[in-house]
Amino acid sequence: MSDRSVRIPASSQTVGPFFRIGLQYLIDRTHLPSIVPEGTIEIRGRVLDRDGLPVPDAMLEFWCGAPKLLSGRDAESGVPEGFRRVATDEKGEFALTIPRPVAEASSDAYLLVLVFARGLLRHLITRMYLEDEVRSDSDAVLLRVPPERRATLIARADEKQAGLYWWDVVLQGTGETVFFAW
Amino acid sequence: MAMMELAEPGTQPEYHFPPYVSTIARSPRMPLVLLPRAQMEQSGPVFGQGLIGERDNDLTVHHAGDPIGERILVHGRVLDETGRPVRGALVEVWQANAAGRYRHKVDTYDAPLDPNFAGGGRTLTDNNGCYWFKTIKPGPYPWGNHHNAWRPSHIHFSLFGAGILSRLVTQMYFPGDPLQPLDPIFNSIPDAAARARLISSLDMDRSESNYLLAYKWDIVLRGRADTPFEERKQ
Repeated sequence: MSDRSVRIPASSQTVGPFFRIGLQYLIDRTHLPSIVPEGTIEIRGRVLDRDGLPVPDAMLEFWCGAPKLLSGRDAESGVPEGFRRVATDEKGEFALTIPRPVAEASSDAYLLVLVFARGLLRHLITRMYLEDEVRSDSDAVLLRVPPERRATLIARADEKQAGLYWWDVVLQGTGETVFFAW
Repeated sequence: MAMMELAEPGTQPEYHFPPYVSTIARSPRMPLVLLPRAQMEQSGPVFGQGLIGERDNDLTVHHAGDPIGERILVHGRVLDETGRPVRGALVEVWQANAAGRYRHKVDTYDAPLDPNFAGGGRTLTDNNGCYWFKTIKPGPYPWGNHHNAWRPSHIHFSLFGAGILSRLVTQMYFPGDPLQPLDPIFNSIPDAAARARLISSLDMDRSESNYLLAYKWDIVLRGRADTPFEERKQ
């Protein structure tokens, strides 16, 4: 049993539909460059609701973990290279580039992803793995996910463009993405 | 195996909360997967001063004139679960203007926009975990959730503490607002004491005579800020 906390964390409330007023600046700071740099992957996808309809007002934050990715550039910009914030457009689509995550002994390469939207009273936490880097039975988290749902966490490698991955977030219903308790 | 410690019961909203209609088609229905604590992410982004402009925490000075409305100071401390200050926490805010209108293309309420108010700000907490924003008090506004639905006055807050699991997006409310008991978003939090913790308090000590009223709001983030990721890994 760990020590009991003395204070209870504040309650979450929805990000609502107007978050760009306060949060857009960091979307702009981490925006998609015209040329994808070496050591970086590109991710494209959509956020969908129960009815398969696009969610045009979602915000996603991607974190590829680890202080190992900190660089001198971070100090200048104030933004760590391993962090990206994106928002969906009117078609529910998002796109970003981010340093390619690195596998470890008990973990395949993944990105941690937070999902915010109007209608989400608390953000969702999930992971995005890379199709061509998932080793069989080596990732302790994937092994906890029911086999029939694992595919929702794995981004599909584009057949033509190296380093491009496709990954949709389904909030509810058929193909619902696996989210983690926290 | 030690499992991830979950939130204190009743202190966080459920994803599926039908009185807030937008949750119905957007909340997951499959069980959330519980992870062993060792598998949960310990690290998180750390933001630097380079991200913050000099007056980004004063929402009243970015235009030719003064915004209309009650000038206020909103301030407080960001603390971890053990009560220690979270230093260098990125705090981002956004809000409606005094008439209850957001400067955003999807806000169709016909209250006037204020040419002198955009409604967004950001800051990093200091070494004592303190933050402050100067702004104007946002007005209540109608929304389409149900007939005659009105949101109580609130300021949206987004925070990053130590580690990505301390991430918090929430809303700060004002004391004595009669719309709070009617609001499904506020009331999505089951525990009354937890709801009360989202309400700021009038702070006459920081209010300035003939100038502004102050509201104080301390924010507790999940986790412990005193153990950096690098040390915890060892």
